[in-house]
Amino acid sequence: MSTTTQSKTGPRKLAFGMPTPDEIAAGGIPGLSARPKLPVDLMDKLNASELEEVEDIELPTEPMQINMGPSHPATHGTVRIVLTIDGETVRDSDVQVGYLHRCFEKEAEYATYTQVFPYTDRLNYVSPLLNNVGFALAVEKLLGIGAAIPERAQYIRVIVGEISRITDHLTCLGASAMEVGGFTPFLWMIKIREWLWELLEELTGARLTHSYVRVGGVSQDLTEDFIARLRATLNRSLEPLAECEKLLVKNRIFRDRMDGVGTMSAEDAIAMGWTGPCLRSTGVPYDVRKDHPYLVYDRFEFDVPVGSVGDNYDRFAVRLEEIRQSMRILEQAMQQIPPGPVLLDEPRICMPPKNAVYNTIESMIGHFKLIVDGIKVPPGEVYSYTEGGNGELGFYIVSDGSGRPYRCHVRSPSFIITQSMSKLILGAGIADIIPTFGMINMIGGECDR
Amino acid sequence: MTDSILMFLAEHTAVAALLKLVLLVLGFVMPLASLSTWAERRQSAMMQDRLGPNRASIGPVKLWGILHFVADAIKMMFKEDVVPAKVDRFLFALAPVMAIAPVLITFAVIPFGPDLCVGQVMSVVTDPAMCKATIPLQVARMDVGMLFYFALASLAVYGTTLAGWASYNKWSLLGGLRASSQMMSYEVCMGLSLMGVFLVYGSLEPNAIVAAQGSSILNWGIFTQPLAFILFFTAAIAETKRAPFDLPEGEPELIGYFVEYSGMRFGIFFLAEFIETIFLAAVVTTVFLGGWQIPGLDSSGFGSFHLPHLVVVLLQVVVWSLKILFLCWLQLLIRWTLPRFRPDQLMRLGWKQLLPLSLLNIIVTAAVVLWRSGGK
Repeated sequence: MSTTTQSKTGPRKLAFGMPTPDEIAAGGIPGLSARPKLPVDLMDKLNASELEEVEDIELPTEPMQINMGPSHPATHGTVRIVLTIDGETVRDSDVQVGYLHRCFEKEAEYATYTQVFPYTDRLNYVSPLLNNVGFALAVEKLLGIGAAIPERAQYIRVIVGEISRITDHLTCLGASAMEVGGFTPFLWMIKIREWLWELLEELTGARLTHSYVRVGGVSQDLTEDFIARLRATLNRSLEPLAECEKLLVKNRIFRDRMDGVGTMSAEDAIAMGWTGPCLRSTGVPYDVRKDHPYLVYDRFEFDVPVGSVGDNYDRFAVRLEEIRQSMRILEQAMQQIPPGPVLLDEPRICMPPKNAVYNTIESMIGHFKLIVDGIKVPPGEVYSYTEGGNGELGFYIVSDGSGRPYRCHVRSPSFIITQSMSKLILGAGIADIIPTFGMINMIGGECDR
Repeated sequence: MTDSILMFLAEHTAVAALLKLVLLVLGFVMPLASLSTWAERRQSAMMQDRLGPNRASIGPVKLWGILHFVADAIKMMFKEDVVPAKVDRFLFALAPVMAIAPVLITFAVIPFGPDLCVGQVMSVVTDPAMCKATIPLQVARMDVGMLFYFALASLAVYGTTLAGWASYNKWSLLGGLRASSQMMSYEVCMGLSLMGVFLVYGSLEPNAIVAAQGSSILNWGIFTQPLAFILFFTAAIAETKRAPFDLPEGEPELIGYFVEYSGMRFGIFFLAEFIETIFLAAVVTTVFLGGWQIPGLDSSGFGSFHLPHLVVVLLQVVVWSLKILFLCWLQLLIRWTLPRFRPDQLMRLGWKQLLPLSLLNIIVTAAVVLWRSGGK
C-alpha cells in the first residue's frame, strides 16, 4: 500500500481498484480505454423528431443573454462568460479573459532575472514551484549552463515540482467535485494539499509564494528530515485520496455529471493547441517530461495516463492518475537524490553564501553587482518549455545582454486551453458549464498573466 | 387542578388546538430548525475533518458552540434589507411568506403523541377507547389528513417561483423555473408513493395510520411498504430542494432563486428549508416509522410491566422526537455526501424511474391487499 515500497520491484497495489503500473503498461487505464464512445441519448432524439411533427404553437420566444461572471462563484479566477441561452441550453457563448491581468510580461522587463521569480509564483498560483522551475530553466538555457547545474539541485527541483503538480491536481479535482455539489471530497483533497504545503512551507519559508528556485540551483538545501517527512506525508495522503475516489469515481450522480460532457476529439485538441492533462484526456500521450525530458526526468520510471473519450470524466481520471504517477516519481527521486551543493559555484550567476558576503570583499562586491545589475545574460533568445500543472508551460525570453530580460513571454497552457471553452459548452446546459470549466482548470493568474 | 385544566381543554377544542400549535411550532419546530442550522455546520465539519462553528458563547456558557444559531438570528435581523430597484415590491415581499407559511401550517396534521386520556393521567389505562374525554396530541384531526399536506406542500412552490420571478434577475429567474419544475414533478411521485401506504392502513388520517401500525415493529410502514419508503424519501428530499436535489439553489451555477434577498428575508428562505427537512422527517416518521409508537409499548405499558398513562404518553412523545432527530441527521448525512443532479437527469429520475416504480408499488400493494382480504 505504501509508497515506500513501490519503487521498482514487485506489483504495487494501489487502493480501490486503481490499476497497478503493470496494468497500465499493459494497455492504458482499464476503466478509461474500455469505455465505449457514448451514444447520443436515444430518448432525446426521439423527442426531437416528434416535436417537429407537432404544429408550431404560437408562443414567441427569444434567446436570453446572461452574464456569467466576472464575479460568479464558479469562475475560479475571474472570467466572464456571456451566454446566449435558450431555456437552460447554451446557444452561444463568449468567454472573455483578462480580468486578472497583472502585467507579468511587462513587469518582467523591469526586473532582474532573479526578481522575476516572485512574479512567476503568481502565474499558476496553485503550483508556483513549477513556474519557478520553468523560468529558471529558460534563463539557464540562455546562459548555456543547463548541464552544469548541480545534480542535487536538479533532484530538488523535480521533488518540489512534483509536489506542486500534486497540489495543482488536487485543487482542480477537489474544486470540480465541489462544483457539482460534492463539498466533502473537496475539503478532503484540500486537507492533503495542506499537508504538502506545510512541507513546502518548512522548506521554502512560504506557504504559497515560495520563490524557492534560483538561476543556477535552488535557494537552500532540503531541511534535515525533509525526505522522511515527505515520505510520511505521501503515505498518509493515500488514504484520504482513496476515500475521495470512492466518493466520486463510483458515484452514479458524479459519473452522470461528468461522463460525455465537454467532449473534445484528439484532432481538435491538437488543433487548438491543447497540452497537459486536457490533451492526454483525449488520448494523445504527450508529456514534456517524457517526450522532451528536462532536469533528471529521464532517470525515472513513470507512466503517462491517457483517456479515450476526452470528456470531463477523462480529464478527471487522468489528473487523478497523474497524482499517483507523481508520487511514483517522488519516491524514486527520494531514493536517488545524491548529496552535494544545491547552487552553482559561479559568482557571476549565483549569490555567494551570506557568511562570505559579510566577511570577504570579493563576495560582497559579487553580491552587490548581482543585486544592482542582475545576472548578465548573453544576448539572444530562447524558448524553454516544461510540463506545468495544466500543460506545456513555456517561457520565451529575449536578452539584450543586460541584467534584465528585454522581453519575456509566457506560453501559459490555461490561456490556450480556455480558447476552446466556447466550443466545449456549445449546446450544453448551464449546469454543464461549471464542471467543464472546472476540468479545463483555467487558473486566472496563469491565463491572464 | 391539572385535571380541571385538562378537562377544560378537552371541552374547548379550539383553545386546545391553539395551545398545541403554539407548543408544537414554537416549542419544537422553530428551535429544532434553528438548531439544525448549527447542526448542519457541525455535522458537515465533522465529515470534512474541520471544527465547524464552536465559538459562540454567552459569557462562560459555550456548549460546543450551540449558541451559534442565536448569533445567526441576530445577524440576519440586523443586516441591511436590500430591495433592488426594479423588483416587484409586493411579490418580492410576499415570496418568503409563501415559502414558510405552508410548511408551518402543515404541521397541524402531524400527530406527535397518542390521545391523552383526561382524568386518568396518573393511572394505568388498558383500553384507550374507554376514556370519557380525550385530548388528541395532534393539532387538527381531519379525515383528509395527508391530502391536506399535499395540497399545502404544493403551495410552497409559489414561494420559490415568485421569489425567482419578482427579483428581476435572470439567475434567480432560472432558479425559480428549476424550482417550480422540480417541485411539481416530484409531488406526483410523492403522492403516488404514499398510495400504497394508504391502501395498507386503510386511512388518509395520519393518526389512524400511526395507530394502525401498532407497537409491533414489523407492522410499520418501512417494513410493509419498503419500496414506498425509498421512493417517498427520495421524492420528498427533492421537494425540500436540498442536495443532491438543490438545483434551484445550485450554488456554483445559479446561486439560487433567492439571490437578491438579504437580511431576514433571506433568513426566512433559509429557515423554511430547514423546517421542510423537519417536516419531511415528521411525515416519514408518521407514515413509515410508526409515528409515536414504541416497539413493545402499548397504552398500559410494556406487556405486564404497567406504567401510568402520563408516563406512557411522555415516553411516546420523546420517542417521536428522537425519530425525527434521527431522520434530520440522516438528511444531513445525505446532503454532505452526494453531488448534485443536472436538471435533465433530475427530470429523468423523477418521471422515468421513480414514477413507474411508484405506480408498480400501487398495483402490487393493491393486489396483495385484495388477496389478503379474500377478494371482498
